[in-house]
Amino acid sequence: MSLHFTQEALDKTPPTIVPTQPVTLNVNGEDHTIQIAPWTSLLDALREYMDLTGTKKGCDHGQCGACTVLVDGKRINSCLALATVYQGKQIQTIEGLGSEDNLSPLQQAFVDHDAFQCGYCTPGQICSAQGLINEGRCKTEDEVREHLSGNLCRCGAYTNILSAVMEVLHDGQVVVDNGTLVTIPAQPSASSSVN
Amino acid sequence: MNSFTLTQATAADEAVRDLTSHDGAAYLGGGTNLVDLMKYNLERPSHLTSLGMLPLADITGLPDGGLRLGALATNADTAWHPEVEKRYPLLSQTILAGATPQLRNAATNGGNLNQRTRCYYFYDLAAPCNKREPGTGCSALTGPNRVCGVLGTSDSCIATQPSDMCVALAALEAVVRVQGPDGERTIKFQDYHRLPGDQPEKDNTLKPGELVTAIDLPAEGYADHFVYLKLRDRSSYAFALVSVAVGLKMNGDTIEKARFALGGVAHKPWRDQAAEQLLEGQKPSPDLFRQVAAKVFAEAKGYGEGSLHNSFKIELGKRAIVRALKQATEMQYEVNPNAFLNSNP
Repeated sequence: MSLHFTQEALDKTPPTIVPTQPVTLNVNGEDHTIQIAPWTSLLDALREYMDLTGTKKGCDHGQCGACTVLVDGKRINSCLALATVYQGKQIQTIEGLGSEDNLSPLQQAFVDHDAFQCGYCTPGQICSAQGLINEGRCKTEDEVREHLSGNLCRCGAYTNILSAVMEVLHDGQVVVDNGTLVTIPAQPSASSSVN
Repeated sequence: MNSFTLTQATAADEAVRDLTSHDGAAYLGGGTNLVDLMKYNLERPSHLTSLGMLPLADITGLPDGGLRLGALATNADTAWHPEVEKRYPLLSQTILAGATPQLRNAATNGGNLNQRTRCYYFYDLAAPCNKREPGTGCSALTGPNRVCGVLGTSDSCIATQPSDMCVALAALEAVVRVQGPDGERTIKFQDYHRLPGDQPEKDNTLKPGELVTAIDLPAEGYADHFVYLKLRDRSSYAFALVSVAVGLKMNGDTIEKARFALGGVAHKPWRDQAAEQLLEGQKPSPDLFRQVAAKVFAEAKGYGEGSLHNSFKIELGKRAIVRALKQATEMQYEVNPNAFLNSNP
């Protein structure tokens, strides 16, 4: 069985010259008209054409969830979405969930629970958790774990991510395994720790 | 990714015309598989016909009591549709066992049927793969092949169809509605995907230009006795090594009707109608279930021993069938638990 060099196969397809087109995307309540090629992903459109760099590129293959954004309130992987076909949709990114002066409940809970280390996965984790809350399907920790399985954290901050999401999900309370709601005290914020 | 042009079609016939008027074109649904494959240079379409604006996202009742799932309805909207949850819980659970919430929110029902295999060698552009490049050989026959199939394989290909949803659709005897250059037609679910034979590059029986428009479910949803048992290397976000979708209709302690299908073991969701018939009219028992499992895997072929190779799937598959049938029958009717405890696995 000989090694098959596919560069040859790739070269068989002549490049097509495709003009860019104006595309209008509604992001965080504002229309942005950008000039892009059909293969521009929603992720690249946000980061490279609108300077909305909160949304992160991790694997770029829909496996890590760092690129998670909300479209009409539902979470998707923006790396696998072609921006052109998302015209007319309401797109929400981490920048649209809250502001520095007015954090969203999930953003505040992530700070309170020290739910991140390097922070790279955090915008995706928060957007995904917002999608989870919007879906209204999860109540228990096990359910939340399963329904956040599309977001990887290389630092392994899962325990505190789960605490943060559970707090917001139950408005300041967490569910323990036997189904009893228990209020937990907030942990010191990340900014107060010294590394 | 290669460069390409893109059209957003607004009707099915317009989409078919657009696709067939471009060489090397592909339909774009949710994009969760196609865009990924394009990023790996495994798919290099020169044109995409986007289906997102087609009015095919509805889920509606049928006059015969069945349910029509629009091809453009997302996997998440399908799994959480009230009628699906109530009448076809097997389908709902099966969809939710696959992928992640983000992927299920974008992936469409039609696209789920047409997703490509996750065989390692299909994704490895440096390795021979008959499915990716016909005539180059099958690296999985001798290489690590833990994820590959043991039923209906050929010397050309031992890849598996990776969908969870499709395993339930096979057990539910769904019907796929397609539209193409020659009009509309229906395809029985068991005939939709094909075995690799000597043409593993063909995953299904769609003709050139044909577009999936809907999936019809028959009225019987087996909502009282069903189970989707998915066995995988980690408990979430992984493809099935072996999975079993079972739907049973019980009459007292007798199995009146039995339908089941397996995932992770073949180039298509694997149904064995002769094995289903062994169950019908019978009372549940470990011996009966083992007999059924043995029938399903009678002609199975493993491709090497050890954890890197897939022969383990034969025994795993048999045990999965026994366990799934036991769980499905016990959902309401209580089989004497000692009958199982006292028997050898």
